[in-house]
Amino acid sequence: MSSASPLPRSPTLLGADRSDRIYRSLLTAIALALPGLIVIILGVLFIEALPALKRFGPSFLWTSTWDPVAEVYGAAPMIFGTFASSLLALLIAVPLALSVAIFLTEFSPRWLRQPVAFLVELLAAIPSVVYGTWGIFVLIPFLRAHVVPPLKAVFGWTPFLQGVFYGNSLLAGGIILAIMIVPYIAAVSREVLLAVPTSQREAALAMGATRWEAVRSAVLPYGRAGLIGAVILGLGRALGETMAVTMLIGNRHDIALSLLQPAYTMAAAIANEFSEATTGMYQSALMEVGLILFVLTVAVNAVARILIWRVARGAAVGSKAL
Amino acid sequence: MTGRALRRHITSRVMTVLVIALSFTAVLALVLILGNLVLKGASSIDWAFFTKSPVPAGQSGGGVANAIVGTGIIVGVAALIGVPLGVGAGIYLAEYGSGRLGFLVRFVADVLNGTPSIVIGIVGWTFIVKPSGHFSALAGSVALAILMIPMLARTTEEMVRLVPHSLREAALALGYPRWRTSLKIVARTALGGIVTGCLVGIARIAGETAPLLFTALGNVNFSVHVTQPMQALSLQIYVYATGPFEDWHRLAWASALVLMGLVLIISLLARWVTRQRYGSIR
Repeated sequence: MSSASPLPRSPTLLGADRSDRIYRSLLTAIALALPGLIVIILGVLFIEALPALKRFGPSFLWTSTWDPVAEVYGAAPMIFGTFASSLLALLIAVPLALSVAIFLTEFSPRWLRQPVAFLVELLAAIPSVVYGTWGIFVLIPFLRAHVVPPLKAVFGWTPFLQGVFYGNSLLAGGIILAIMIVPYIAAVSREVLLAVPTSQREAALAMGATRWEAVRSAVLPYGRAGLIGAVILGLGRALGETMAVTMLIGNRHDIALSLLQPAYTMAAAIANEFSEATTGMYQSALMEVGLILFVLTVAVNAVARILIWRVARGAAVGSKAL
Repeated sequence: MTGRALRRHITSRVMTVLVIALSFTAVLALVLILGNLVLKGASSIDWAFFTKSPVPAGQSGGGVANAIVGTGIIVGVAALIGVPLGVGAGIYLAEYGSGRLGFLVRFVADVLNGTPSIVIGIVGWTFIVKPSGHFSALAGSVALAILMIPMLARTTEEMVRLVPHSLREAALALGYPRWRTSLKIVARTALGGIVTGCLVGIARIAGETAPLLFTALGNVNFSVHVTQPMQALSLQIYVYATGPFEDWHRLAWASALVLMGLVLIISLLARWVTRQRYGSIR
């Protein structure tokens, strides 16, 4: 640093001033790596996806031909499958995760809180590929033997249960996703509910509400924004989850309403086909899928964070579960 | 009790039972998964499993020594890259992060925390594998480090924020420059929490598969060269579980058990460190 202060100051203070500035710039540079990273990821995906973007334009989103031989690509089936599997996962996971959060903050005896919270958080520690292995060898045989036959017997007439169940399917993928996102939704919801002031509960109880009425009419509405944030955060996780889904969803480029049929997700398509993508256009199409997936999850996460921050401002809510 | 009050009380009771039942369903899922891992994996774990490399498909025997060592190397290098950057960004957020830039960094970190790991994988492929012309363990490490940084930044920030202001003020009043206060007093007090955050981050990336598919790639042979393709436990499980051979499925369960054990040990170690250093503050 060449520009010394014109005023005479003690040499140690002057030195400290300089090293403080260096320390601060160093940390700032490191911190800037994070926004830099998001820009780099977007840039890389965009540049690599450019040939496909130019060739197929927006119709990439709603056409469903995926033909590497003819070099024609459309991502509609995997976009459909991504949303279908994630929505199925939310349908199963939200009641479970909210129950865990309500149980831990409202109903649980004190001694049981820590163990239950720990066990649910452990679900987040299980690697995706382990979920996939369990799904292949335990979940699918179980579904085939004990779940699908009765389901078909009762609801077999609906469009959601048509066709033969071979195992790898939207149903299997959705269930495994549900188990995987429960800990995230539960951890964030729990922190949101913990942030609800005790006076809310006490007021409801003092008005003669039952325990459940206090939860439903005082606690849940107070934390609503945060709870919606928690669910959207879970959605973000489900949209981008890769390995377990790749191993269970069947990986077929097809749009079928039936839960029993194989489907595809964007993440699974990249995982499954990227190493086979020998031509430039094939690779570029998969990069475009990656770009869509990235933009989608960033948007979903951003919405979730804004909602959660409104409740628990600034805190890294849910980080303990990661 | 009037009919209406009775109905309200019954509703309350039913909902309470339902909430408890659903909570325990979530815990049951964990028990089922861990139970199956032990039941189906433990019998295949022996000395050869840890010391031998895989044998060609169809033959029995062999182990996953190459994958265990590979996971260690890939994750170790990822931590070497990710820990300084993640912790640095976290200290920045806690010490200087009150302004607009701090808000941006915090928001980006939270958003990046949910990025699909497969996307990081293809970015790593584009950046390192494509220009260099071959797959490498190093590319895998970089991809894993990218996953780790935003997470570490947020946990480090939280831990540094827990340090009481009075400590900082005391050091500054004694004439300590800010950077020494920050490093020697604040970061050091929060060290236990920071180490915990790092261990949790390592536990999470140790189980990642998707970012390694197109970077570290996998390797049937024993390799310790970071510039070459390398096997990892997670990749090995993927290949074995989706393969056609009965023997592979057996090894998939055993490898899954080992990987799960590894992740659990690191996670428990993290909890233990917190208790050791943080028992008094929390």
